Amino acid sequence: MRSVFWRVLIVCILAGAPGIAHAEQTQVVHIKAHMFAYSPEEIVVKKGVPVTLELMSIDRVHGFNLPDFHVRATIEPWVSTTITFTPDKAGRFTFACDHFCGDGHDDMSGVLVVVD
Amino acid sequence: MDNGIDRRDFLKLAGLGGVVFASALSGWPGSAGAAAGEFHFVQLSDTHWGFGDPKINPDFAGTLKKAVAAVNALDQQPDFVVFTGDLTHTTDDPKLRRTRLDEFRDIAAGLKVKTVRFLPGEHDAALDQGEAYQQFFGQTHYTFDHKGVHFIALDNVSDPQAMVGDAQIAWLKSDLKQLKPETPIVVLTHRPLFDLYPQWDWATRDSAAVIDALQPFPHVTVFYGHIHQEHHQMTGNIAHHAAKGLMFPLPAPGSVPKKAPIAWDPAAPYKGLGFRDIDADVGKPAFKLDELPVVKA
Repeated sequence: MRSVFWRVLIVCILAGAPGIAHAEQTQVVHIKAHMFAYSPEEIVVKKGVPVTLELMSIDRVHGFNLPDFHVRATIEPWVSTTITFTPDKAGRFTFACDHFCGDGHDDMSGVLVVVD
Repeated sequence: MDNGIDRRDFLKLAGLGGVVFASALSGWPGSAGAAAGEFHFVQLSDTHWGFGDPKINPDFAGTLKKAVAAVNALDQQPDFVVFTGDLTHTTDDPKLRRTRLDEFRDIAAGLKVKTVRFLPGEHDAALDQGEAYQQFFGQTHYTFDHKGVHFIALDNVSDPQAMVGDAQIAWLKSDLKQLKPETPIVVLTHRPLFDLYPQWDWATRDSAAVIDALQPFPHVTVFYGHIHQEHHQMTGNIAHHAAKGLMFPLPAPGSVPKKAPIAWDPAAPYKGLGFRDIDADVGKPAFKLDELPVVKA
């Protein structure tokens, strides 16, 4: 499971955009959660195009909450969690850990940038 | 943010311009029983004992003690004091967590008031589901009655997912069943019981179930902490009042790109920190909330 995750992450990096791999119909975004941050912490997607988030923790249980799009998940260590949604508005939207994970929990957040 | 109401609106509502104002929409009619009467209690919150960043609070070892001294110096001692969570700053180390809880308890024991109630915050309880907290302070949810008011302490932090949970909601419903509809109810908790700003984890995931259970009662007021600032909000007929913290203030919800403690201002020490004196007169349609500083200017 670890090697698959890292291979996917490398593909994303090589694709040239932070944490995003463009497909024909779906934008696939790989997000690594760890104490106490997301990698990447800023992701850029296109409005109106479905987004698939592939989430994985590399240490302990974290949460992922993107309330502006009613998207949330609990992220278990070394288990891939997938969520698909379609952003229907442009702007900058904060996502944060909503599963208390320790001393840096309050710092654990990122931004989804939706462009037209 | 429906039914939002800020401090300025509250002041206008109450017709008061200073630090004292009334929770004018949360009162109750008289006749609350033979034990009803006037009383006041003090809310302290988010003391984060064990936090140690001097850039945020150079008096991190003294602020709580100053707050205890400030309560002890009140002209009229309150009937009781309640700490609404995050008594200690979190740590992964179970031994250090207990040390901090122990030290906090010793400092709180300096209060003159005999009756002191405690609630956990996620910093105290979420990493071990309240195990250490309960060793020092007992149950994380409970009820008590005082002079005609029914108080309910709710735990929305021992579950790291910020949930009250089905078992506690069933307990709450069972407790509410015993009350007369006109009973004034005060809920004490740590996290907001509505979606204040979930982008910053300022919410309780299953708060809707709690509010649904409370909504049939016309006189419900919630006092909570977690957000380290004063905040006032209505959900239906329920008034929610957040208290300032006693270690560091936090920015207003959504006011900055990333939530972070507000740094200490040497020109205004202890700015943004404080505690609250709550005056209840069961016979008048309001609480009076008096926001007090740690150190008088």
